[in-house]
Amino acid sequence: MLKNRIIPCLDVKDGRVVKGINFINLKDAGDPVEQAKIYSDGGADEICLLDISASNENRDTIYEVVEKTSKKCFVPLTVGGGVRSVEDINKLLNCGADKVSINTAAVKNPKVILESSRKFGSQCIVVAIDAKKSKKSWEIFTHGGKISTGIDALEFALEMEKFGAGELLVTSMDKDGTQSGYDIDLVKKISSSVNIPIIASGGVGSLDHLVDGIKSGASAVLAASIFHYGSYSINEAKKYLASKNIPVRI
Amino acid sequence: MKVTIVDYNSGNISSVINSFNAVAGKKVNIKITSDLNKIKSSDKIVLPGQGSFKSCIDSLRNISGLVETLGEFAISNKKPLLGICVGLQMFADIGYEETETKGLGWIAGKVSKINSLSGKFKLPHIGWNQINIVKKSKIFKGIENNSHMYFVHSYEFIPNDTNVISATTNYSSKIVCSIEKENIFGTQFHPEKSDKIGLKIIDNFINL
Repeated sequence: MLKNRIIPCLDVKDGRVVKGINFINLKDAGDPVEQAKIYSDGGADEICLLDISASNENRDTIYEVVEKTSKKCFVPLTVGGGVRSVEDINKLLNCGADKVSINTAAVKNPKVILESSRKFGSQCIVVAIDAKKSKKSWEIFTHGGKISTGIDALEFALEMEKFGAGELLVTSMDKDGTQSGYDIDLVKKISSSVNIPIIASGGVGSLDHLVDGIKSGASAVLAASIFHYGSYSINEAKKYLASKNIPVRI
Repeated sequence: MKVTIVDYNSGNISSVINSFNAVAGKKVNIKITSDLNKIKSSDKIVLPGQGSFKSCIDSLRNISGLVETLGEFAISNKKPLLGICVGLQMFADIGYEETETKGLGWIAGKVSKINSLSGKFKLPHIGWNQINIVKKSKIFKGIENNSHMYFVHSYEFIPNDTNVISATTNYSSKIVCSIEKENIFGTQFHPEKSDKIGLKIIDNFINL
């Protein structure tokens, strides 16, 4: 049977790993290549590298990081942050990324998703949805959560599925960095509406939060801080999920 | 020994290259090319494939003489060939992704969409799933039954002759995930992304 994936995420800025609280107050915490290797050796089902400075600053450092990481990690590698064009996607794939996650560009120009999924296959196109609660629904934000768009998150998710996205990485901007758990309603709403897999993201502070994410319909759960600062190892997380009858690869 | 990974401009093959380079010892020469002469002089061929069945077949046919050269290598000369993902699917007679497309016809059968049972099973089938080994295969040496492999696909290869199937995986039904027919090997999963156990399969293929 298909197992639920645990995906540690490394936020990378200028080639170094950082993890922010609500995307501000960054703390330096290491070399991404070494971190990724520790995660893959520890049983991570996939590794996500997110270039968080990418939308605004020089991002060539990420290519080198991806290239080095992909030579050491033999589990899927997803890379996102500041991906603007089909050419950017091509470059990341050539550096060794297995999937590319696209956020701002997918909102600004959805055709990038259509074109890239046709060119490279849906299997490597992940659309990152950064959503914030607004009354009864959720609104899409871009540029690392800084810019509001007025676009409804659910409608956008359905459109991206139609355009060929292979997966959706759903991040709650209200929860990200708070360690208070995923936005469960958001995960439920989107995962029950689309037929492609959902990766839940934003807000994990405990192992129970991972359980909640899967129980809400996510195929995979992404977390950064709880793994990064050593609160839990990947293996501990998997054992905990298994103890809650959630199928994981151990 | 020369192992050639066929580079036919279809999808991302850097992970395949990285994994073979990581496994290959000094005696193994890994080449990445679509040069027909280099393919002919290889001892083993790896045929990767990402994207749709149609786009992969189109890309293969775009390189003049490539399909014939691969056929000569695998069918006439019976030298070892490993197809990965769509690389395996292309062995079939026909594929139904995007539009009906003729395959290489090396192993009789078709490639059709996985039955999602009305959305109960999400597609693509992405992630780690266990393989049920149904026959002894040379590339499974040292691989335990029920090992986890990494999958990402929405279409499945359905061979006419079930004797070629070496492993299946459960996702809405029993999906063929590995085949062995004489010198022809194929995996629907990605050994290059299946951690140490996947690298073992690559090692087994190199050491055939």
